[in-house]
Amino acid sequence: MNTEELTQAVKDRAKGAVTASHAYRGDTTLTLRPESLVEVAKTLKEDADLAMDLLVDVTAVDYLTFGDKGSPAFFASSGVSVRPTTQIPDEDPWPGPPSEERYALVCHFYSTTHKHRLRLVVPLDEDDLEVDSLAELWPAANWLEREVWDMYGIRFRGHPDLKRILMYEEFEGHPLRKDYQVDKRQPLIGPVN
Amino acid sequence: MTITTPNTPTASETLGGESASQAARSDGELSTRDMLLNIGPAHPAMHGIVRIIAQLDGEQIEKAEVEIGYLHRGFEKMSEQVDYNGVIPYTDRLNYVSPLINNMGYCMGVEKLIGIEVPERCHYVRVIVSEISRVSDHLTCVGATAMELGAFTVFLYMIKAREYLWELIEEVTGARLTVSYCRVGGVKGDLTEGFGERCAAAFLKTRKVIAESEGLLLRNRIFTDRMEGTGTLSAEDAIAYGITGPFLRATGAEYDVRKDCPYAVYDRIDFDVPVGTTGDNMDRFLVRMEEMEQSMLIVERALEQMPPGPVMSDPATGRPIPAAEMVDLAKMGKIAKLIGGCAVAGPTLEGSGNAHRPGTATDEKRVFLPTKEDAYGNIEGLMQQFKLVMFGHGIRPPEGEVYMPVEGANGELGFYIVSDGGPGAFRVRVRPPCFAIMSCLSKLLTGEMIADIVPTFGSVNMIGGELDR
Repeated sequence: MNTEELTQAVKDRAKGAVTASHAYRGDTTLTLRPESLVEVAKTLKEDADLAMDLLVDVTAVDYLTFGDKGSPAFFASSGVSVRPTTQIPDEDPWPGPPSEERYALVCHFYSTTHKHRLRLVVPLDEDDLEVDSLAELWPAANWLEREVWDMYGIRFRGHPDLKRILMYEEFEGHPLRKDYQVDKRQPLIGPVN
Repeated sequence: MTITTPNTPTASETLGGESASQAARSDGELSTRDMLLNIGPAHPAMHGIVRIIAQLDGEQIEKAEVEIGYLHRGFEKMSEQVDYNGVIPYTDRLNYVSPLINNMGYCMGVEKLIGIEVPERCHYVRVIVSEISRVSDHLTCVGATAMELGAFTVFLYMIKAREYLWELIEEVTGARLTVSYCRVGGVKGDLTEGFGERCAAAFLKTRKVIAESEGLLLRNRIFTDRMEGTGTLSAEDAIAYGITGPFLRATGAEYDVRKDCPYAVYDRIDFDVPVGTTGDNMDRFLVRMEEMEQSMLIVERALEQMPPGPVMSDPATGRPIPAAEMVDLAKMGKIAKLIGGCAVAGPTLEGSGNAHRPGTATDEKRVFLPTKEDAYGNIEGLMQQFKLVMFGHGIRPPEGEVYMPVEGANGELGFYIVSDGGPGAFRVRVRPPCFAIMSCLSKLLTGEMIADIVPTFGSVNMIGGELDR
C-alpha cells in the first residue's frame, strides 16, 4: 500500500482515533489519541490488509525546547534548493510537532508481508504521563518501553515489569528529557572533583 | 562465574521468590533446591559487559534474567549537544565491528531529512565499504563463537581474514576501527587507485579462510553437536520480538532491508538472501557464512557497475597531486594550475576534505565542506568552511522527522532523527538491532542447559556499543 492508501485504511478501521496525518519524506505518520493506541495497534497487527507484524521501535520525543535555536534555518521548511532524490518525496511538508503537549510517544511498525512502514505518534500530557502498554501484543515492546520509561519517565499501564534498563536503579531523573542538564551529577557519582 | 545461593538478596529479589522444586519433598525423593548462577557482567563469554542471572535446576536453566546497560554512554543525549557532523564519530562507536554501516545509516538519515541527493558513485562507494564491514562483522561473530566452543584455530584464522579486510578499510578511510568515513552529503574521499585489484586479492584470501574454517567446524562433532538444536526460535516468535537480520533469517523469515526496502543502490545489485529452516544456532552460523559470500559478491558486482571516478591526476604532469602540495599551491594563489586536477586522499587523511571529487560528494555548499584549496585559496571557500564548522553554525536541515532503516550486520539499524531547524539534531534515536535479540535471550535460554548459554549468546553477536548506546 502506498502512503495515502495506508493512511486511509487505518482511518477507516479506527474511526475517530486518528487526529492528524502526514507523509513527510515518504514516512507515513499518524497522530493518535493516547487512549486509542492499543486499539489501533491491535488493528494494525490483526487486520490482514495491514498485517504490521513487526514492531520496529518504540521511542519518545520531548518537545520542550523545540524551535529555541535562535537563527533561522538555511533551508526552507519544504522545497529544498537542491534537487531531492526520486527516492525522497518532498511534496508533503512537515506540519510541525504533533501537538501542544510536551511529550510524544513514537512507534514504528513494519509489515513483513506487505512491506509497508507506518509511524504512530501519540502526544502525551506532561501531567498525566501514562499510556497503555503494547507488551501484550508484541513482546518486543517489553524492553523498548522500559527504555522509554528509563529515558523519559513515561509510564506504561499493564507493562509486566516496568523498571530501568540502561540506567541503574539509584539513578535520579530521566536523562533524555530536555530539562535534564547534560552535565548533571548523580548522587552515586558525587560532585565534580 | 560467581556462584551465589538463592539467599543473596539482590539475585533472589530479581527472580522473584522461590520455585516449586525448592520445597522439601515429603515423598521420599531427594530434596533439591535451585541454584542461582550469576554470569557476568565481566565474564569472558559475555562479549563485553552483560549480566545473566540464571536460575538452575541441576544443569537446566529454569529462568534467566538478562541485565544490560553497563556500556551506556549517552549516545542519544550527546547527539543533541553537537552539530550534525559531530555525531558521525559517535556512530562509529555504536557497532564498533562494522562502523561503516552505522556511518552510512546516520548520514542517509540526515540526507533524507535535508532532502539532498548524493552522486551515484558515492552510493556505490558506501555500499562497497559497508559490505566489507559486514563481512568483517560476521567473521568476528562466527570466529568468537567458534573460539568459545573450543575451536581456537578458527578464531585466529578468521581474525586473520578480518585483518585483510581491515587493511582495505584502512586504505580507503585512513582508520581501522573508528573510521568516520561518511559525511552528510558524501564520503570523505574516493576509493584509492588500484582498490579493485587489492580488494580481489583480499577476497581471494578471505574466501580461502572461510572455506577452510567451514571445513574445520562443520566436520567437528563438538561444534556441530553444541550448535544443532540449541537456542531454537520460531519465525513467529522472532518477528514478535522485533528480531531482524541474520538471526531472523535463520528462522526462515526472509526480511532483509536491502531487498525489501532498498536504499542506496542495493536494488541494482543482484544478490541472494540466505535463510535457514530451524532457527537454531547452527542455522545462524550457516546463514552468516553464506552472507559473507553474498556480501563479497555485492562488492565485486558494485565495483563492476560503479560509474567511473574522477581523473585522479594532474593534467600537466599526469600524476595525482598530493593534497599537501595542492594546498601549498593554493596558498600561493596558483589556482589556475589546479583546475581539473584532484588531490589524492591518502590514508593519513590528506585531502580528506576535498569535495571536488566529482561523483563522491554532493555539490551543495551548505552541507559539504569545501576543498582545502578553496578554504585556503579564496574568501568564499573560507566562509563556507567556517559556516559549516563554527559553533552554532553547521548543516541546518528544515524542521521535520525521518526514519531511515539500513541493514546492519545484526539486523535493521534505524535512525529516527527529529530536526527543529537548528544546527544540531533535536533528537537522534538509534534502533539498535541487537537490542531486540537481547530482549529475547531470556526466552531462548529458558529450558536449555548451562553449556548452551555460550553458543546461543555467541550467535546473538551482542555488541555492547549499539545495545547500550
